[in-house]
Amino acid sequence: MAKIKGAIVVEIEKCKGCGVCEVACPTQVIKLHTDVNGKGYHFAYMENPDACIGCANCAMVCPDSVISVYKMKVEA
Amino acid sequence: MDIKDIIKPENLVYSKSKLFTDKALSYCPGCGHGTAHKLVLQTIEEMGIESETIGVAPVGCSVLAYEFMDIDIQQASHGRAPAVATAIKRLMPEKFVFTYQGDGDLAAIGTAETIHACNRGENIVIIFINNGIYGMTGGQMAPTTIAKMKTSTSPYGRDTAIMGNPLKITELVAQLPGVYYCTRQAVHTAAAVRKAKKAIRQAFENQKLKKGLSFVEIVSNCNSGWKMTPVDSNIWMENNMFPFYPLGDIKVPTEK
Repeated sequence: MAKIKGAIVVEIEKCKGCGVCEVACPTQVIKLHTDVNGKGYHFAYMENPDACIGCANCAMVCPDSVISVYKMKVEA
Repeated sequence: MDIKDIIKPENLVYSKSKLFTDKALSYCPGCGHGTAHKLVLQTIEEMGIESETIGVAPVGCSVLAYEFMDIDIQQASHGRAPAVATAIKRLMPEKFVFTYQGDGDLAAIGTAETIHACNRGENIVIIFINNGIYGMTGGQMAPTTIAKMKTSTSPYGRDTAIMGNPLKITELVAQLPGVYYCTRQAVHTAAAVRKAKKAIRQAFENQKLKKGLSFVEIVSNCNSGWKMTPVDSNIWMENNMFPFYPLGDIKVPTEK
């Protein structure tokens, strides 16, 4: 069965670390990093990339539009 | 399967609107303004009207909207955005004109302009961001502040016996005959964002058909003004703002 795999790319320097994406993610992929970016914000990253389904919920609620979502079908 | 295999241009499903400039948004982390900007720009991009759209920016947190939106924007005096938009639309009726205003701008100092533009039924779109507070100046009580809400000028909560009642301006303008479409949305979850985008699209489509004024309220958080984290403020908004400002269409066109 074909499986949907997703991935996100976060513009680290523009992320403000609000954490809204973390809550919006249905599969708990996103976490805020323990490191900070140039402005001192804990930026979002994929903690658990295998679980990402590319639903784009995180990008939709991101106020700063720093998340790009990629999605593809994988033959299992 | 490596992530690098997924991250390819042909697999891109969602990214930043091309109508954003490269500037980082000046809003606080987690502020609904950024999401609302995104929805407006996505709608304009999808309709392919970026060269025919003129926005009117307000005074308030979103005063710098022209810095972030790569479309024609006129910045209006405090509260006068509907009046400026009226002039632009009447002089250039073929253009798409929208105003983007906060609650301090639209519901306080600009109440007269808002109500008269709505009553005249100007063929414009008003995007109204309601966070129940004067966010830019430090979180003072606004006309839209709900009862018992704590702000820097009502530190024990808004006492309606002394400070008056909150103003539901969207319900108010929905009574006016010039308003063709009037709705209240939010942008705190993905589902709400989808609905809000649909509403904004509907508003711009109404303008295309010269139907009259479309009024889209977006109930938003102001986490710095409310002194909460962005996630907590969204939960607080759901529990406290939405009972007073229920989401949904308030006035929908009756004819088919």
